[in-house]
Amino acid sequence: MLAFIIRRLLQSMIVMFFVAMVAFLMFNYVGDPVHQMVGIDTSFKDREVLRESLGLNDPVPLQFVRFITNAAKFEFGISYQHKRSVTGLFKERLPATLELSFVAAFLSLVVGVPMGVYAGIKPDGWLSKIFMTFSLVGVSLPTFLIGILLIYIFAVTLGWLPSYGRGDVVNWGWWSTGITTWSGLKALIMPAITLGLFQLTLIMRLVRSEMLEVLRTDYIKFARARGLSDRAIYFGHALKNTLVPVITITGLQIGSIIAFAIITETVFQWPGMGLLFLQAIHNVDIPIMAAYLMLVAFFFVVINLIVDILYYVVDPRLRLDLGKANGA
Amino acid sequence: MNKPLLSVENLRIEFPTRRGTLVAVDDISFTIDPGEILGVVGESGAGKSLTGQSIIGLLEPPGRIASGSIKLNDRRLDNLPYAQMKKIRGKEIGMIFQDPLTSLNPLYTIGRQLTETIQTHTDMTGKQAKKHAISLLEEVGIPAAAKRIDHYPYQFSGGMRQRVVIALALCVNPKLIIADEPTTALDVSIQAQIITLLKKLCADHGTAVILITHDMGVIAETADRVAVMYAGRLVEIGKVRQVVKEATHPYTKGLMSAIPSLTHRMEELTQIDGTMPRLSDIPKGCSFHPRCPECMDVCKEKQPELIDIGPTQVACWSYHDRQI
Ligand SMILES: Nc1ncnc2c1ncn2[C@@H]1O[C@H](COP(=O)(O)OP(=O)(O)OP(=O)(O)O)[C@@H](O)[C@H]1O
Ligand SMILES: [Mg+2]
Repeated sequence: MLAFIIRRLLQSMIVMFFVAMVAFLMFNYVGDPVHQMVGIDTSFKDREVLRESLGLNDPVPLQFVRFITNAAKFEFGISYQHKRSVTGLFKERLPATLELSFVAAFLSLVVGVPMGVYAGIKPDGWLSKIFMTFSLVGVSLPTFLIGILLIYIFAVTLGWLPSYGRGDVVNWGWWSTGITTWSGLKALIMPAITLGLFQLTLIMRLVRSEMLEVLRTDYIKFARARGLSDRAIYFGHALKNTLVPVITITGLQIGSIIAFAIITETVFQWPGMGLLFLQAIHNVDIPIMAAYLMLVAFFFVVINLIVDILYYVVDPRLRLDLGKANGA
Repeated sequence: MNKPLLSVENLRIEFPTRRGTLVAVDDISFTIDPGEILGVVGESGAGKSLTGQSIIGLLEPPGRIASGSIKLNDRRLDNLPYAQMKKIRGKEIGMIFQDPLTSLNPLYTIGRQLTETIQTHTDMTGKQAKKHAISLLEEVGIPAAAKRIDHYPYQFSGGMRQRVVIALALCVNPKLIIADEPTTALDVSIQAQIITLLKKLCADHGTAVILITHDMGVIAETADRVAVMYAGRLVEIGKVRQVVKEATHPYTKGLMSAIPSLTHRMEELTQIDGTMPRLSDIPKGCSFHPRCPECMDVCKEKQPELIDIGPTQVACWSYHDRQI
């Protein structure tokens, strides 16, 4: 187990190294950082001084090493547009995005899995048919449209929920959260549904088809023949056997949720990283873009690691394979 | 004569399809005494598995029992509500499937699957159930049972897994076990061991067995009586020794001529010319008549009933004058 985790950690570090390389290349070759930082009236001499002080005249490998070292500390210098440290900006924005993403992912799981289980157990029930129709809508409507529709209904027409922003937030250290205040919660509902709906329907369909498959297996028939209760059969035996694919997809999807939060954040003017990133693209604010790239890559890597560990926990057969693969 | 444990009367199993109703099992009746082993043979598609499934109440829809009755100790099972049937399954009637590799849930230890089943049907505590599970594993011949109980199915060989499956089916002492081709998926060298084990355990526990198989040799060695099925009907049923020595129904005769000597067992039933008809076009009269070497005019017109001719019961016009 330990050997396996260490191996995965090493792999993750290699991935991060390559992402860092891309970020670094972007830094050095997309536009001129000095040009972005100074005003038009800055003299050529001042520019050279700045260039020297930023280390931009050093050999490229040295610059890369410096970049990596700083990246490891999550330091990406000063944002061109905000004239503030990128680290500080992300500290402000990260909680909003993560909170939104995890609430969306959580929602898609706690609603999607039971719906999928139900639709798998009673494939011909009328409720299952409603679920399936609903899931078709969720899969086929684009995110921004769902967001706009929700805003139209619940914010504009009914006036129940705010149409933009995060509501009141509470600070815990540098972390800010909206889930402890009433207005924060209300502000979270629509963005979370918008962001999570696609994953919800995906997970529901996945669980349903996996359930249908598993319920046909011999070990389920044998469990029935032994007179086990329905609960034990459906939730103990069947659901657990659907978990491996569900974990895989959920893991992948949480990564995409964080990445695709950009659209939802734009629709709801949610003050998260996505919005920050979008503005950075408009203004060729390379430090922010590089930091965003590294951060999203980091989340993907961490989630993948968690997914691999969960496999290991769920399926005993993988423990054997991994044991063999590691010579352990 | 003592009372039968299970009695099946005029059982008929149908599949409603778009092109009309298929009758997969047609009007079969038989009984099993406590502790008795009844072999069931017949070609693939004869309706053996469906009969077994209907007894334990696990017919898969759209299949359904259209008429007839199934009684266990005078209690009707065929119309029992779902919740009550669940108390019968595993507790009074156990079932063993063909493929031990797929019969066990791969994600749980065998110990968990055993204790779960034991605790479903008894009030044993976790500890007692585990102790019982270990003794069961020992009984089915799993070495180092106390250690092996925490292993997962993939850590066992096919033969060992089938032993675990048998332990699971027997774990709360059901009165009847339905074994649907319990050795077909196993290596030939292990088949005999498993059959011997099953026979011994059932004798020890006084469990009756319905042993479904293609292997006449197994039946000849193991069963007390044998039921021969053809195209959804019972064509002959009687004491194994009697049937092996002197089969009456032409189809059974064909099967028996195929019994290999016990030392040199053959894989399949022999070849009686032709194939069993599909359910959608079962011929008029006796369904076996197109392949029957002794076919008479009446066979093409009217279906023979299963009649008692003393040594066995047989459904064949040739014996109608011998009915007693
Ligand atoms: N869902 C179904 N729909 C229609 N016909 C079915 C269905 N399930 C089974 N049958 C038919 O019922 C008949 C009996 O099936 P059964 O499984 O009992 O045969 P069997 O005697 O056990 O054969 P085998 O030796 O191959 O296991 C077969 O002809 C099969 O085609
Ligand atoms: Mg069968």
